[in-house]
Amino acid sequence: MDISAGSPTGIGCRHLSVRYGAHQALYDVSVTIPIQQITAVIGPSGCGKSSFLATWNRLTDLYDHCHVTGEMWLHGEDVLSREVDLIRLRRRVGMIFQTPNPFPLSIKRNIQLPLRETGIRDRDRLDFITERVLQDVGLWDETKDRLNRSALGLSGGQQQRLCIARALALQPQLLLFDEPCSALDPISSGIVEDLIHELRQQATIVIVTHNISQARRIADHVAMFWYDDGVGKLVEHCAAAKAFTAPDNPITAAYIDGSRG
Amino acid sequence: MTKTEKSVVLDAPARRSARPWPDHGLAAISWLVAVAIVGLFCWIVGDLIWHGWPLIDWTFLTTSPRLGGREGGILPVIVSTLLILGIALMVAVPLGGSTAILLAEFTRRSGWYGRLVGRSLDVMAAVPSIVFGLFGNALFCQMLGMGYSILAGGLTLALMVLPILIRTMESSIRLVPTNYRQAAAALGLSRTRTVLSVLLPQALPGLLVGLVLGIGRVLAETAALLFTSGYVMRMPGSLLDSGRALSIHIYDLSMHVPGGESKAYATALVLLVILLVVNAIAIFIADRWQRRLTAKMI
Repeated sequence: MDISAGSPTGIGCRHLSVRYGAHQALYDVSVTIPIQQITAVIGPSGCGKSSFLATWNRLTDLYDHCHVTGEMWLHGEDVLSREVDLIRLRRRVGMIFQTPNPFPLSIKRNIQLPLRETGIRDRDRLDFITERVLQDVGLWDETKDRLNRSALGLSGGQQQRLCIARALALQPQLLLFDEPCSALDPISSGIVEDLIHELRQQATIVIVTHNISQARRIADHVAMFWYDDGVGKLVEHCAAAKAFTAPDNPITAAYIDGSRG
Repeated sequence: MTKTEKSVVLDAPARRSARPWPDHGLAAISWLVAVAIVGLFCWIVGDLIWHGWPLIDWTFLTTSPRLGGREGGILPVIVSTLLILGIALMVAVPLGGSTAILLAEFTRRSGWYGRLVGRSLDVMAAVPSIVFGLFGNALFCQMLGMGYSILAGGLTLALMVLPILIRTMESSIRLVPTNYRQAAAALGLSRTRTVLSVLLPQALPGLLVGLVLGIGRVLAETAALLFTSGYVMRMPGSLLDSGRALSIHIYDLSMHVPGGESKAYATALVLLVILLVVNAIAIFIADRWQRRLTAKMI
């Protein structure tokens, strides 16, 4: 890890703004993400939650006309710097999407393709890591006999767990979840949720969710986003216990008890 | 309306009678057109088989033409055709494939560079083949000193199929769902690795369509070859010899050789069979390749 001068340790951002062409999606967000804990990002659709998430691994670079300004740091590295090595950054910051998106390859290759890119060539080591991460997501027993079969044969919930395993294999420091359960049935959703709760041991977690009860069950901290004239803003960031009992901002209180948003 | 009533309405006989009349009309027209197209195809193929098949035997396929093609076989013509096809594909597929990847993945569609290349290709696709023939003659035969040769013909056809090859390949790469690109980027895969291991295997069926169209165009081309590979009927000794393609042989027999018509039929049938066989081989290879890429190979 290279420590560039000026970027604080820990994980956080200051005066972060995201703009798509003329549309300001997110304005002036400053936040510190607690290490090895779960931060739930909540708020209505269109308030910049997903944009916020996608700046941490610079996935925003994939979109035309997307401009990100401000400061963002990840354990001493300046995330928004022009010189940042995107490939290395994205190995340090895993991301799980709303819809499970395993590659249409075998289960094993899904995990080993990104892993091999990091320079690991030894088959035993690759297989060892594959087994470990599949164990971690509770998928090993279900898949150990069919590792060479297509990942698309798995159920939605299994696919999502495979995607988590695939991200874990790279040993990320930060794991981003973008509504990881919203495309799953309630049972699979519960399994993935429990899994995310356990993953705190391994990485810092930021999860975007529309499911307030889910946030209540797993979050240690809550970041509440809201919009003003279509511009997304962070209106409150505090410990989960406080957010769900006595939030400072009336918008948060109204959103959480379901009377707004 | 209760549930039972609804299901009665949706029963097949009831639905048929409830269908408004324009639907019947449209369905009938579609059927007629489809039948007409299939009929036309069967007519052409049937005609070829009817007239051509009796003349095709082992000697026809393995000997040289005599008396301007009225007698003998077409072996040198088949060999020249396959050589021209081979050269055209060997040049056009790598060139076209990499251009397609460049356009689909490494340039912005709205950017000036992507637009420039795209427009050029569209114009090139619309250029009549005879113009390509004259261009190929000027560039390959004269400027580069290849003379009338199989090499010059193959290279000219390579240029000619590039637009269709690139455009179909480009769109099939673009059609791979964005979430695979996102997933790959989020996992720290390089662009090259993403293209090779994720996008190309997915795009393969579409790439194949481009290839099949390209092969068809090369095998069917006549005008451009008149000026580049020429119409010498001898067995080519090297790629720098002139060689007559099947399409030119058909043209020559039917237009310039009195009494050559029946051999023209037989040659056309052979051309059709070669087209089918080459396409089948292409599909077979691509299928094997896709299986290797998606499962075992790592």
